[in-house]
Amino acid sequence: MTERKGISRRGLFGAAGAAVATGVAGYAAHSALASEPSQAADNTGPVEFHGPHQAGITTPVQDRLHFAAFDVTTTSRDDLIALLKEWSAAAALLTAGRDIGQYGAVNGPDEAPPEDTGEAVGLPPARLTITVGFGPSLFDKRFGLAAKRPKALVDLPHFIGDDLDPTRSYGDIAVQACSDDPQVAVHAIRNLARIGFGRVAVRYSQLGFGRTSSTSRAQSTPRNLFGFKDGTANLKLEDADKLEQQVWVQPEDGPDWMVGGSYLVSRRIRMNIEIWDRTSLGEQEGIIGRGKGTGAPLGKADEFDVIDFNAKQADGEPKIPADSHVRLAHPQFNNGAELLRRGYNFVDGSDGLGRLDAGLFFLAYQRDPRKQFIPIQNQLAKSDTMNEYIHHVGSAIFACPPGVTPGTYWGEKLFT
Amino acid sequence: MSTSLPRRAAVLGVVISLGALTACAKDEPAAKDDGTGPVSVKASDSGCDLSRRDVKSGTSTFSVSNGGSKITEFYVYAEGDRVMGEVENIGPGLKRDLIVELPTGKYQAVCKPGMVGDGIRGDLTVTGDAPAQVDEDALLKQATESYQRYINSQVVALEQQTTEFTTAVKAGDLAKAKALFPVARTYYERVEPVAESFGDLDPKIDARVNDVEPGTEWTGFHRIEQGLWVGNTTKGMEKYADQLLTDVKTLVAKAKIVKLTPLQLANGAKELLDEVATGKITGEEDRYSHTDLWDFQANVEGSQAAVQALRPALQTRDTALVTQLDTNFKAVFAAVDKYREGDGFKSYNLTEAEKKALSQVVDGLAEPVSKVAGVIAKK
Repeated sequence: MTERKGISRRGLFGAAGAAVATGVAGYAAHSALASEPSQAADNTGPVEFHGPHQAGITTPVQDRLHFAAFDVTTTSRDDLIALLKEWSAAAALLTAGRDIGQYGAVNGPDEAPPEDTGEAVGLPPARLTITVGFGPSLFDKRFGLAAKRPKALVDLPHFIGDDLDPTRSYGDIAVQACSDDPQVAVHAIRNLARIGFGRVAVRYSQLGFGRTSSTSRAQSTPRNLFGFKDGTANLKLEDADKLEQQVWVQPEDGPDWMVGGSYLVSRRIRMNIEIWDRTSLGEQEGIIGRGKGTGAPLGKADEFDVIDFNAKQADGEPKIPADSHVRLAHPQFNNGAELLRRGYNFVDGSDGLGRLDAGLFFLAYQRDPRKQFIPIQNQLAKSDTMNEYIHHVGSAIFACPPGVTPGTYWGEKLFT
Repeated sequence: MSTSLPRRAAVLGVVISLGALTACAKDEPAAKDDGTGPVSVKASDSGCDLSRRDVKSGTSTFSVSNGGSKITEFYVYAEGDRVMGEVENIGPGLKRDLIVELPTGKYQAVCKPGMVGDGIRGDLTVTGDAPAQVDEDALLKQATESYQRYINSQVVALEQQTTEFTTAVKAGDLAKAKALFPVARTYYERVEPVAESFGDLDPKIDARVNDVEPGTEWTGFHRIEQGLWVGNTTKGMEKYADQLLTDVKTLVAKAKIVKLTPLQLANGAKELLDEVATGKITGEEDRYSHTDLWDFQANVEGSQAAVQALRPALQTRDTALVTQLDTNFKAVFAAVDKYREGDGFKSYNLTEAEKKALSQVVDGLAEPVSKVAGVIAKK
């Protein structure tokens, strides 16, 4: 791939002039893969695009999301490969905070539409990451990939209570763009969609805000729209061994093209906000299994205190109810299975009944959904008292290939 | 019904005469081409036999007789299905001529029984003294000239068809008026960016009810459309019919002398697709008659005509773009073809999924079309 030019948005800030000269290479020093807690504090800089794993999985969760699932509309394998090459090249520029194309947003000929749509001019990279995954439907007959479909890329089973809208579910390719600036995330998806017109089409997209989990100990735990801290017990990038064990596909897992990758499950979970808000504090806390203020497990004082599932109240009932969310989702009751969650709150205005169309756009990365998301969700769908307040309306699963190294493209090993 | 109903944008610089637009085939200059004479084409429902497949460069005449049971069309395509010439609407038992100037090269002769699909194709070789290679400026000049001829052919047909349409309205023939409404609009929709360049004529001819300024009377196609479909009568529409014909005649007179630049062609091609993406996909254009697919097809044809006029120039500058345009135009036409019914299209009562599918192919085409202007502008 040829390195394309593109003006640096950072360069537009006078003080950052030096960054222009060093170009993309200069940004490499900030590696998302190195566990630098300090990086979480710098929410304007770039996150390195290239590496053994895709950025945007263990990268400390950014504040904003623009997620898009695409249908591949071309039937040509060559077109698909060409698109992934163009996307990879564009993503390297976008995540470095640069305009895409030869001329970018404002330096092209007057007569032509600008190559870059331009709404991010003047904005910093804002820790943009772009992460790509392939859905089961990509492995049908169209592109000769059927034999390469990973066994772990299963079609998700029907979970009790699922009320899935096909127009908000599935998809051949997912693109997750996360950034601390919503406009930067929107800009990324918009430009990738534009590059893809005629070859892929957006099936659905979702904006998210207020990350609902932490993936680094350097981050504080945010709250979801139920008002509870979310992601307290999430996998963290500091737990290198656990990430190998729970998130990254290992050589013995196969297939080869997925080693170093991860599986993403996305679920659009609508919350019955108005109903929840009429629920007593005690009941809310019982449903979650944690205190609303502190985030501590019921019966404990601090958010990070170890949960004691055996603790009993005076009346002999467990302090953490057996059907509470925290208990049912806990690795102790799921054969040790954990997930790396990086979901986002969403509010898409209100529905026709005047109710907030809001909830959680759940995103979870894992090594094998058959051992992780599926058994956990089966258990939750069956017994979680929270189910009265939520319903799952969108669902998808994607195989996210390993990282892109310079000169290669997303999923190259899948196609060679 | 109309006797001339061109389906694909066609008229290019090389086309000297177009069967569909001359009232009939009475002006048949025999090809004075060192005695080689016209090529006779026997079209049937399953065949397309040419008396010979080698012709000399220069002007050729193809005498097409339809021995089949379906209405047919005959095309000469250059590479990438660029239309060099076409005759349309050849009914069973009819004979029509196509006179076309063909430079040396490889072509395809195509019959389209039923007027749909890729047609029955065969090679056509043109040999002889190739015209001198023209330079880029000449290619661009050729492009504007050929597109101006296209505009001309379309507005002439627009006037004819609008005359028929308004006559039916005034005669109180509701069924005929309804049938002619989308046909007359076809010619307008193909050249809409040109029509829009004449200030207030476009609003007078083509405004939707919500586009009308307070205090201004709503006139034009859609005013009559509302009368025909909502009121289900031609009554009261007579004055709008008169006004429409007057406005169309004014437009035609202006369009005939309009001078366009290559960039205007390129941008016009894009604007036509914008029309599709905004007004037609949503079904808001023909909200009473639901004949939006006719307009849709016509907009895309008009866009293709403008792009095709520029094609020789584009070919020398960006062949990859030309290939992409060819592929994507084909995809759009294939998507619309699904909704053909009789001589026209189904009513635009499509599901959201069907609209989305149309929207996707249009986006797929509009993106490369939007690049044409930049390529043309580059020195």
